[in-house]
Order: sequence, then structure tokens, then C-alpha cells
Amino acid sequence: MSIDLKTIKHISKLSRISVDDKKAEKLAGDLNSIFDFIEKLSELKTDNVQPLTSVAETTLKLRPDEIKSKNIREQILKNSPADNEDFFVVPKVVE
Amino acid sequence: MDLVSKEQAEYLIIRGDKEYEVVIGLEVHAQVTSNSKLFSTSSTKFGAEPNTQVSLVDAAFPGMLPVINEFCVKQAIKTGIGLKAQINKRSVFDRKNYFYADLPQGYQISQFKDPIVGEGKVILDMPNGQKEVGIERLHLEQDAGKSIHDMDPHNTFVDLNRSGVALMEIVSKPDLRSPDEVNAYIKKLRSIMRYLGTCDGNMQEGSLRADVNVSVRLKGAKDFGTRCEIKNVNSIKFMQMAINYEANRQVDLIEDGQKIDQETRLFDTKKNETRSMRSKEDAHDYRYFPDPDLLPLEVTDEFIDSIKSEIPELPDDKKKRFIDEFKISPYEATILVSDIEVAKYFEEVVAKMGKNKDMKLAVNWITGELFAVLNDKNLEISQSPISAKNLAKLINLIKNGTISGKIAKSIFEDMINGDVDPQVIVEEKGLKQQSDPKALEVLIEKIINENRDKAIEYKQGKEKLFGFFVGQVMKNSGGKANPQMVNEILKAKLQE
Amino acid sequence: MSDITKQTLNSLVQNIKEKKLSSYEVTKSFVERSEKSKKLNAYITEDFSNALLKAKKFDDSPNFDLKLPGIPIAVKDLFCTNGIRTTAASKILNNFIPTYESTVTQNIWDEGGILLGKLNCDEFAMGSSNETSYFGNVQNPIDENLVPGGSSGGSAAAVSGQLTPITIGTDTGGSIRQPASFTGTVGLKPTYGSCSRFGIVAFASSLDQAGPMAQNVEDCALLQEVISTYDPKDSTSIDFKRNQYRKELSKNIKGKKIGIPKEYRVDGMPKEIEDLWQKGIEHIKNCGAEIVDISLPHTSYALPTYYIVAPAEASSNLARYDGVKYGFRSEGQNLIDMYEKTRSEGFGSEVQRRIMIGTYVLSSGYYDAYYLKAQKVRRLIKNDFDEAYKVVDAILTPSTPSSAFKIGEKKDDPISMYLNDIFTVPVNLAGLPAISIPAGHDAKGYPLGLQIIGKAFAEQEILNIAYAMEEKIEFKNKINDWWI
Repeated sequence: MSIDLKTIKHISKLSRISVDDKKAEKLAGDLNSIFDFIEKLSELKTDNVQPLTSVAETTLKLRPDEIKSKNIREQILKNSPADNEDFFVVPKVVE
Repeated sequence: MDLVSKEQAEYLIIRGDKEYEVVIGLEVHAQVTSNSKLFSTSSTKFGAEPNTQVSLVDAAFPGMLPVINEFCVKQAIKTGIGLKAQINKRSVFDRKNYFYADLPQGYQISQFKDPIVGEGKVILDMPNGQKEVGIERLHLEQDAGKSIHDMDPHNTFVDLNRSGVALMEIVSKPDLRSPDEVNAYIKKLRSIMRYLGTCDGNMQEGSLRADVNVSVRLKGAKDFGTRCEIKNVNSIKFMQMAINYEANRQVDLIEDGQKIDQETRLFDTKKNETRSMRSKEDAHDYRYFPDPDLLPLEVTDEFIDSIKSEIPELPDDKKKRFIDEFKISPYEATILVSDIEVAKYFEEVVAKMGKNKDMKLAVNWITGELFAVLNDKNLEISQSPISAKNLAKLINLIKNGTISGKIAKSIFEDMINGDVDPQVIVEEKGLKQQSDPKALEVLIEKIINENRDKAIEYKQGKEKLFGFFVGQVMKNSGGKANPQMVNEILKAKLQE
Repeated sequence: MSDITKQTLNSLVQNIKEKKLSSYEVTKSFVERSEKSKKLNAYITEDFSNALLKAKKFDDSPNFDLKLPGIPIAVKDLFCTNGIRTTAASKILNNFIPTYESTVTQNIWDEGGILLGKLNCDEFAMGSSNETSYFGNVQNPIDENLVPGGSSGGSAAAVSGQLTPITIGTDTGGSIRQPASFTGTVGLKPTYGSCSRFGIVAFASSLDQAGPMAQNVEDCALLQEVISTYDPKDSTSIDFKRNQYRKELSKNIKGKKIGIPKEYRVDGMPKEIEDLWQKGIEHIKNCGAEIVDISLPHTSYALPTYYIVAPAEASSNLARYDGVKYGFRSEGQNLIDMYEKTRSEGFGSEVQRRIMIGTYVLSSGYYDAYYLKAQKVRRLIKNDFDEAYKVVDAILTPSTPSSAFKIGEKKDDPISMYLNDIFTVPVNLAGLPAISIPAGHDAKGYPLGLQIIGKAFAEQEILNIAYAMEEKIEFKNKINDWWI
């Protein structure tokens, strides 16, 4: 399995992390050795095996339809990088 | 240049001698009626100040975790039952990963491979008969927040109040073939959910939105064409316009020998056209995987049965009962059951009419006069200025001959301003119609005597003059003469 | 009173309850020692003045019914602490001050504990040597320029160096047990679902678990009693009857069957590790327990499985760090530009690498071959343990394939770094509890650990086995305060 620069650029776009060519090359190298290591899994036959998503041995607990969280706008916006009392502010989306 | 085929009311796009059929599938997003959100305990109320209904979980702070709302699960199952659909006892929540300013987690919790509700169906009442539209599935997912682009030239403002509200995504099979069918389908879905109380269907408030999938193919073709998705259309009118535009666009491309790119588009409500969404090209890779913060949802037969027992009479059944019990036409019944509030109002009027009901009057006054007023004032029937009780009274007054239909209309106008008991208005204004044959005879004889020449002309064949005499009688009686009796007596007297 | 900071947690609790020591005295001692120990770089955020105020307040109206009465405790900087900066050792949360508390730390404060400060770790818990922290490396108290292990490196160093009597870490692939082994301390990873994950900065949701890191087994058991509770705010929290771990601690493990998995005898394993393991086996026998040879056939697939599952979940968990709501933001020309700059500048290289791996294995066309495959192999690994537990009560293995290595030694070789977790990772994949206890030293004099893995919810059992072995091993951590 060979991960090329094009793939690195694609993944970095999906994960919203910018890469220049130098960084992309290093990443490609790292990922390739990691994936060589991971390839080992293909040795195993797993056609009839049920995937395991969670080891928590319980069922999903349902909660009652109660409003417990009140207006905490100040708390919510306190840590935001922009200085606005009502909204989160981000640079315009290019649609 | 869309022309509809002259033979049937079939929606086809015609180019020369080629007929293209339009295949439509809808993904409807319906906001679940509940107090709190799907995975957090914030309120879901519409119209709050920005970011005042946002919890730490909604804003995706570090270490926050989702906990599912039992009522939302019930609402989804209830809706599934209303869609005559398969309820899946085991379903899984998956993360749909993408980045957007109004998606604080960087993923949406949704259901991908194992939704809570499976296949079902919806019956539409179309002018040329009933049509069955298949439902592919219904699943629960989180709604996103709101991005506001027009408050600042350089920035987008984000309000997370809506972030995390429960949505039901209802996916139809590609069974729809025209904007009219889409209209009927949305209205039917909305009606069912309002009957069940699972979604209020308020499109202006955004409770109901749809993504519209459109493709075209030559009429009679077996394979589907490439489809385009028009995202987030929030009114039926826009859906219809978008479909019309898109279908024509696709046909034009095909006729031009071009391929249709499978893509996501927006409907521009100012230009009335669809256009491609630039930012979504790589958003197709949502990298769905089961949410490790949640376990599979398992519901028991008992749980489902208890929900079944809460289901009220649904529109299709109510329609059947209205036809059987009240002997009204299928067309009338369809209108009356389309909205649960209308059906409730109608049944209340019927009940309040007591013995000797006049169904026809009830149907006509509600679907005619009352609907006109509600439309004019932009009111829901639940906000009707005239109560069912008083409308029933008005109808009874017509039925028992106390007033004429015409007088009733003027009383109705008065009632709009304050839901007054019509009996009171009749008494106060002395509007009782004159139904005493002897008094009418006297009046009519008087009128005929005053218009001898016209009476002779009438007898000689000028039948149009009948209207003149009726008019005179009505004028002289202050409009209160009983019209049927006037007709009978006048006819007889003029022949003498 | 002899050196306060040399006392065990239980001894300090006892002394405070008996009024032989005040909370203020105890807290002051740890504060002073911590202040002298900056070279270890164990702390990211110190809260010493507040700690002393709280200690005074405790002394003014003490409650000796509490399990940790007036005890100062520093915690890993992955636990959100209300009003106190919580960074996850990352630039992207450098200025983040939570307005809420994690369940696990709240449990500690409810039982009388007092926050000393937030301890250094690998960035977002990704690492095995505490060399990926934005706030710099942590030094192992055992020797200069030695890694303490990771990701809970700061925690391990703090306990080992006695800057705090006890602490909590998190373990996703070995991040409590491996640094415990490297620093000569005891580290417990409880059963998945035992401790609440609410308020802990998430790395890999199906693997993360908080746990105590202590100087001895008894201390570990006491803290486990405090932190393990059912939490309805965490959907993966399990409502089971929890033991009173310290109260029910027993050295009697007669008749217990302890499994020795042959697959843990890896190629090229240093002889010292093998010898340590053998010694452990002898101790088990001396305690009256029985040794059984078992097989965990899919052991060698655990690490590759982990390096698909953990990054996949992490890539999604870390998507929320986007500069919009909190944390570091780098200005961009538009939204996407802002995201990309913020995350490239805010995340360190190891974190970026793992996010990329995770994004890739979940991406279209690769999901089946990688993520789905890994989830299937995970099932096989869990089945191995289920089978083994039909014949044994617990499993004994080495904790790590080597002792602590030098800072910088493995930094450029990710695979070599990942191999540190070879014995610990299968446990997280199966969701089982496991404890690492210091069991000996290598030729360099650096500590080595043995791991006892238990059945699900059998924390008491493995604590007991550890307790029994601890007595036989008589391990002495050689701390010479080289950094002071």
C-alpha cells in the first residue's frame, strides 16, 4: 500500500490541516511505514466475524425529555476567540 | 420550454417528439417536537435569543458526551408507525464527519447503515386516483446551528440554538414524478406528523425542510438517469420551482449531448434557478463510522406496543370514517382530514349541530367561507375568529329557515370581528327572514301591481325579468324575504 | 513527622484523620517539593496558592469521614477542571479555561481532595514518552534525560518523584501502565465503563479510561474507590456494583489460576524482561496461586488494530478543535483557510500524523479494508480473552518490552515508539482492567513492571493479586532527587 503525495493532499483537505510539499513528503513517508506495519491485519481471515464497536457491556440508556440546561450564553462564548456577546464569529464562508 | 402532455395530467418535459419523465426522490428533514434536544438537555423552543439554548454538549466543549432523549426515540417510532413502516428494534448511531461553522463537533450524529425505521409507504390522493409513494427509511439525527452571512461583510455569525435539535430524516423512494405529486407528498407527510404530534410541520420556522433529488429519463426507460441533489429547500413552492428548473436543465444538457454530473446544488430563490454548490465537492466523503460515545439503540416489543397504543386516528382512516359516517364525498373528506386541526374543527361543528345536521352546509361553510377568511388573514384554523360552536349555530339557523344563506353571509362577516353568537345578531338586527307565505303573497302582489307592464312582458316570454321581480321583492323586504318561497310564490303569481 | 512527601497516601490520610498532620502542613510540603522540582517539568499549570487556601479552609472545618480528607493531589492535564486552565498539553487549548469539572475529578474533590495543579502529558494523550507535549518533555525522576513514559508522563513523574502523593492518569493503549512501569510506580487501568469519561478530553472514545497512579497498591485501591462511579452523563458508563477496593483488599490469592500467554513472549524480547516475568511467576506460586499456560492467538495483531481504531476515533474527536468556539485560532482569509491554519499551527506533529491516519482509514474506499477490518480483529482479540477466562482468573505479563529509554532516542521512529505499547494495547481493545506493578530493575538500575490483567469488572481481583505480589517483590524505587 503506497500513499502518494496526492493522497496526502486529499486527506489533509478532509482533515482541514494545511500541508506544504515538504510536510506532505514527510507525512507520506511516515504514513507509508505505519501502513506497512498495519498491513499485517490482512493476514487474518475475518469474513464471518462480527465487528466490535464497543466493549461496554450494556445497552444505551435513554434519558427523560427534561430541559436541564438553561441559558449559559456567557459561559459558552467566554472562551471564544472573537469578542462578541451574542454570536460565534468566523471568517466568511465562500459558498 | 416545458410543455405538459396534452393527453393526461402527466408531467413531462418535451423536446420535439421526445418525452422525458422526471424522477424525484425527497429527503425530508422534520424537526421532532420535544422539550429538549436529541443528545443534550437544552430547550428546543423556536425564536430564542441567539446562543441562549446552547449547552456545553451542544457547543462541543472538550470532554462533553451525548446522552439520548427517550421521547425523541418514541417520536421517531411513532412517525414510523404512521408511515406504516418497519420499526427496527436495533439501530446504530453513526458520526457523519465534515467541517462547517455551525457544526461544533465537526461531525453530526446521525444513523447510516442501521436506521431506527425501515421501509414504509404513504398514500397520496391525486386528482386521477390514489398513488402510493414508498418510504425507504426514517432515521434520527442532530440538526446543525445557523450561520448568518448577511450581518457583516467579512464575517459569518453563528447561532447554535438549533444545534443538536432532533431531526427525523424521512427518505422517500424515487417514486415521485411531478411537482404536484411532491406537493401532495409533503402535505401528506406533514399531515401525518401533525396528527401524531411528532412534528409541527411549520415550514416558515424551519421545522420541515427537504433535499430534492431530481433526475430525468426518456418516458418508458427502465434505468434511472444521473441525479442531482438540491439541498435545503424550505417551501413547497420553491421545491416545485426547483424541480421544474432542474428537470429542464438536465434535459437541455442531454439534448445537447452532454453528461450530467452527479452533484449537489442550491436553489437560488432570487434567480429561480439551481446552481452548483462549490464547497461541497469533497464533502461527499463523510467517513461514517459508529459513534463510540453511544451504544446501539435497542427497543423492545413492549416499548413499541406502548407507542402504538398512543396513535390517534390517522388521516386515511379518518377520511374513510368521514365518508361512511357523514356521507360526504371523498373529495370533501380529503380536504377536511388534510390537517388535524381542520378535522377537529369539522367534527366539533358536526357535533354542535345536533340533530338535523346539514352536512353539505357544514362542509361548504368551512371549506368555503371560513377557509377564505383564514387565508385572507393568514391564520391557522386553531386561530379561527369564529368558534366551531358558533359556526354550527349559524348553520342551524340556515337549516331551520330562520335566515337565508345571503343573510347568513352578512352575519358571518360580523362574527369575524368577535365570535358573537349568531342568534344574538339575528335578534339585535332583526334579520329573521320573512317566511310567512301570506305576508310574502301580499308583498309580491304589491310589487306585481306596481310593475304591471313588466309582468305582462314576462308572461309574453321575457323570462329574464324574473330576476327583476325577485330583486324588487328582496329590496322591499330589506333582504329578509325567504328566497325559496319568494321564487315559488312569484312564479305562481306571475302566471296568473 | 518524617518527610511528609515520602509518606504513602494511606499513611497521610491516617495522620490527617488522627490530627497528627494538618492538611495545610501536608499541602505545603508537596507544594514546596513541587516548586523545587521544576526541572522535571511535570506541571503545566500550578495552582499552589489556591491549594494552600483550600487546605487552610479544610483545617478550619475538617471532615474526617471523607476518604481523601484535605489531601493535595495533582492531576493529568486531560481532566477538565473548573476555572483552572486545561490544555491537553496542546497549543490549541493553551488558553482554555473550562467552566465545568470532570466527573472523576469532582469525585476526588467531593472526598476532600485538593487540587495542586495540572500535570504534563503527551499532546492529546498521543505518545509513549511525554515527548509530544507543547509544554516540553518531562524528565523521569529515576535518572536524568530519561523519558517517564507516556502519555501520562507528568503524572508518573509526579508520583514517582513524590510531588504529589497520588494522581490520576488516562489509559488508551497503555498510557497509565507503561509510564508506571518506567517510573517504578503502580498504575491501574480500570474496566472500560468503570470510570466516567465525562469532562475528560477525548482521544479514542472506545478505549479511553481514567485510572489511579500511585506509589503502592493500597493507595491505588483507595483512589479507585473514589473515582469509579456510575455516571448517567456518560452513555458508556456502566452501572455495576463496585467493590470497596481498599477495604476489601486481600493478599489471599490461594487457588487463583493465573494465565501466562505464550504470545507475549515476543521475538527479540530482552532477557531481563523474560527473567522478570519468570520471577513474577515464582512469586505467584509462592502466594499459593496456580500458573496455567494459555494462548491469546491474536496478540500480534493488537498493535496494528489499535493503530487503526484509535487514530480513527481521534480524527473525529479532534475535529471540534477548529478555532471557532474556544482555544487557539489562527486568522484566515476565509473559513477553510482559518481551519487549516489553526489546526496546522495548533496541533503538534504526532497529533497531526494520527489525525491523518484516522481520516485515511475512515475514508471512502478504505473503510472496509482498514476500519471495519480492525473492528473485526478487535472482536477476535476480545474472544481470545473470553476463552482464556474460562480457565484462568487473571493473566500475568510484562508491562513493557524494555525499561525507560533516553529522551530523543525513539522520537524519529514512530513504529519503534508504538512498540512500547505492545503488551498494554490488547487490554484496551478488550476493555479489560489491568494493573502494572514495579517488579524489578534492569541492568541499568531502571525499573521494570509486571502487568496483571483481569476479567471485566474484576478490579478487586487484580488489586488483590498485585497486593500479594507486591509484598513478595519488596520493590524499592531508587529515587535520589537528582533534579533538586
